[in-house]
Amino acid sequence: MMSALPSALPPTAPLRDPAALSRAGWTLAALLVLWPLLHIAQFRPGDLFDARNLKVMGNFVGQFFPPNTSPEFLGFAFKATLETLAMATAGIALAMLLAVPLGLALSHSLSISRIGPGPGRGLGEVIRAATRFVLLVLRGIPEIVWALLLVRAFGLGPAAGVLAVAVTYGGMLGKVYSEILESGDTRPARALLESGSGRLMAFFYGLLPGSAQELASYTVYRWECAVRASVIMGFVGAGGLGQLMDQSMKMLNGGEVSSILIIFLLLVLLADAISVAIRRLLA
Amino acid sequence: MSFELSQIGLVHANGQRALRAITLSVTGGERIAIIGPSGAGKTSLLRILATSIRPSEGRVSVLQSNPWQLSGHELKRLRARIGVVHQFPPIPPRQRAITAVLAGRLGQWPWWKSALSLIYPADIAGPREQLARLDLADRLFERCDRLSGGQLQRIGVARVLYQRPDLLLADEPVSAMDPALADLTVNQLHSEAATRGVTLVASLHAVDVALRWFPRVIGLRAGEIVFDLPAVKVSDGVLRDLYASETGILPTQDNQPLTVLPAEEAAVNGLKVVVPPRVI
Amino acid sequence: MSSISLAERRQAMGFCIYCWLGLASLVVVVWASFAYLSLDPMRLFTAESRGYMGDFVRRFFPPDFSADYLQRIGKGALETLAISAIGTLIAAAAGLLLALPASGRFGGVAKSLTRFLLNFLRSVPELVWAALMVLAAGLGPFAGTLALALHTTGVLGRLFAESLENAPREPALALVESGAPATLVFVYGTLPLVTPQLIAYSLYRWEMNIRMATILGFVGAGGLGQMLYYELSLLHEAQASSVIMAMLALVVVVDAVSAWVRRGQIRAGG
Repeated sequence: MMSALPSALPPTAPLRDPAALSRAGWTLAALLVLWPLLHIAQFRPGDLFDARNLKVMGNFVGQFFPPNTSPEFLGFAFKATLETLAMATAGIALAMLLAVPLGLALSHSLSISRIGPGPGRGLGEVIRAATRFVLLVLRGIPEIVWALLLVRAFGLGPAAGVLAVAVTYGGMLGKVYSEILESGDTRPARALLESGSGRLMAFFYGLLPGSAQELASYTVYRWECAVRASVIMGFVGAGGLGQLMDQSMKMLNGGEVSSILIIFLLLVLLADAISVAIRRLLA
Repeated sequence: MSFELSQIGLVHANGQRALRAITLSVTGGERIAIIGPSGAGKTSLLRILATSIRPSEGRVSVLQSNPWQLSGHELKRLRARIGVVHQFPPIPPRQRAITAVLAGRLGQWPWWKSALSLIYPADIAGPREQLARLDLADRLFERCDRLSGGQLQRIGVARVLYQRPDLLLADEPVSAMDPALADLTVNQLHSEAATRGVTLVASLHAVDVALRWFPRVIGLRAGEIVFDLPAVKVSDGVLRDLYASETGILPTQDNQPLTVLPAEEAAVNGLKVVVPPRVI
Repeated sequence: MSSISLAERRQAMGFCIYCWLGLASLVVVVWASFAYLSLDPMRLFTAESRGYMGDFVRRFFPPDFSADYLQRIGKGALETLAISAIGTLIAAAAGLLLALPASGRFGGVAKSLTRFLLNFLRSVPELVWAALMVLAAGLGPFAGTLALALHTTGVLGRLFAESLENAPREPALALVESGAPATLVFVYGTLPLVTPQLIAYSLYRWEMNIRMATILGFVGAGGLGQMLYYELSLLHEAQASSVIMAMLALVVVVDAVSAWVRRGQIRAGG
C-alpha cells in the first residue's frame, strides 16, 4: 500500500499534508470540550494568588516547620495510629466474613445445578444475579461515603470506620474471591460435586488447596489498602489519624498537620512492608 | 439393572454431535470395556452415565432412577453412589494423597466429618488399604504434586475404590501407566466390582487391556455403537473396521503389534492371541 | 493392616506447625483490634440495633427523583467529571515535565530531587490535598481540581519517567548525531515512542480520578461529594440517597466503559 501511494498522486497535486485538516478539526473539538469543562471546574488560577488566601495558606504552611513533637501530642498521634491500624484489621476481618459466603455463592465453579444442567438451575441463577448486585452496591459506593452514612447511624468514632471498611472491602473481596475461584483449575471441585459432595466441602477439598495462596495474598493486599482508607475516613469523623488531622486542620495548626502527615507516610510504608513480607511468606 | 440407555443422543453447545441413538442396557455385576478411536464419544457416554451431562435426546436410567427427574437432594444422593475414575485425575496439586482419597466419601459423610478431616483425617486405615492395593501405601502422606502421572492416576482410582460406589465408571483409567501397573490397576478395579457385585464400565484406548480383562466389549465410532460383543467373539476384522485401519496398528498398552482372533480360531492357527479372562 | 502406628498418627496432622502459629496470631491480632476499639461485633446484630438500622435506612427511601433535583444532580455529576478531567490533564502535563528530570536527563542530583518530589506528591492522599487546597484556593471545584492534579502528578510523573527510561535510545541518538538541539531530539526521537503508553496511563488515572472526584467534596472541594455532605448535614436523607445513587451509577458507567475500551484494545492488539 505504501509503495502504491506516490504513483497514485498526480504530479501536479498541491503539496499539502493530507492529515492537516483532521488534526485541526480534532484540536478544535478538544478545545470546544475543554472550554466548558474549565468553566464548570471554576478554573481560576488567580484565586491562588488572592491576598487573603495567600495570607491564610502562608501562615498555615509556615507553621509546618518545625513539626509538633510535644510528648502529649505524639501520645495522641500514637493512639490514633493504633486506632487506624485496628480499624483496618477489624474491618478486613468483618469484610472476609461477608465476602466468603457471597464469593462462594457467586462462583460458577461451585454450582451444583449447572451440572447437567440439573434441577434448581433457575433459582441458582437468580441467587447469583442478586449476589452480584449486592456486591456491586457494596463496593460501588466509596468507603468514605459509607463512613459518612454510618457515622450518622453509629455516632462519631471508629465503629463507623470499621463497618465502612467491612462493607466496601466485603464487596471487593467477594467479587475477587469468586473470580479467583473460577480462574484456577476448577475440575477438582466439579468432580467432587459430580460425586455427590456438597458445595462447601467441594470448596474445601477441591478449590481451596489450589487457590488458598492467591486468596490470602489478595486479602493482605486489600488490608494494606484498608489502612490507607482508614486514615482518610477519619475526615468524616470515623476515628483514627484522619480525625486528628481534620481537627488540626480546622484549627489551622500547621505543626500538628505536618507531624501527622509524616506519621501517615510512615504508617503507609509500614503497612506496605508488612503486606509485602506476608505475601512473600505465602508464596 | 445397573443402567439403561434408550436412543440417547448428545449435541454439544457448539452444535457438534457427540452421540447418536445409543441404546444399551446393563445388568448388575457386568464388566464392560468401551473402545474406539479418539473422538468416538467414549468420554461423553461415560459422562452421561455419571449424570454429569444431560443427554439431548433419549431416556437415561441409572441405578433404577431417572437422574433428571430427581430433586436436587435425591440427585446428590444418586451421584454419591456413582464412582468415576477420570483420565486426568481432578486432584489439587497441593493436596495430600490421603486427603484426595478421603474426598471419595464427601458425598456420604456428614459435613462436620469432612470438615474435621481437613485438620486430622477421620480415617487413616481405609485410604492406606486402598493405596496398598495399588502399590502406593508409602505415598499416603505425600503431596500430590510430588507424584508422577501414573501415581496420580492410581490415587484417582484409590479415591473411587474408597468411595465404594454401586456403579464404577472409569475413563481411560490406565492411560499414564506402564503395562504392568495397568494390569495391576485394572485387576483391582475388577476384583472390587466382582466382590461387591457392581457394574464396571471402562473406556480404554488399549485394545489388549480391554480384551484381556473385560468379558463384554463395546466398540464406539463417531458417536455410534459399532459392535457390542462378548470379548471372545471380537475378531481382528471387527477391530480394524472400528479403527478404520486396514493395514494400520491397533492401539495397545505396550505399543506392541497385536493380532486378535476369536479364541476358537486362534487355537487352530497357533497365532499370538490375547486370552479373554476366564477367572478373576 | 488396620493398626496405625504412632509415626503415622503424627504425620496425619494436615496442618504444619507454622500454619497453626500463623492462624493463631491472626486470630489474636483481629481480637486485639476489636478489643482496642472496644467494639463488640455481636452488638451489631442485636434486635435493638437492627431496628435502629432499619429506621435509619428507611429514612433514605423514597429517593428524591423530582426533575428539579435530578437536574442539580446532573450538574453535580458534570462538575465531578470536569474536576477529574481537568485535574488529570494538568497532572499529565506537569507529570511529563517532571518526568524529564526524573528519568535522569539532567543529571543525578536533579533525578533524585524530582523523584523525591514526585514521591511526596503521590504519598499524600487526594483528600488531604483537597483539604489543603480549600485553604489555598477557597471552597469549590477548583480546589478539588488542584488536589487531584497534585496527587496525580506524583503518580503519572513516576510512571512517565519509567516509560522514558525504558524507551529505546537509538532514534534519539541518531538525531543527536545529526546535530539536532536537545528539545527537538526529545520531541522527534523519544516522545513518539512513548506517547501511546503515556496516553494509556493518563486514561487509567482519569478513570480512578472520576471515582475520587465524587468524594473530594466532603472537605468542600465541589462535585457530587459536596452535595451529599450538604444534604446529609441538613438531614435531607431523600436527597442524599439520590446523590448516592448517582455516585453509584457514575462508578458503574465508568467501570463498564473502561472494561469495554480495554476489551476493544485487546481485540485490536490481536
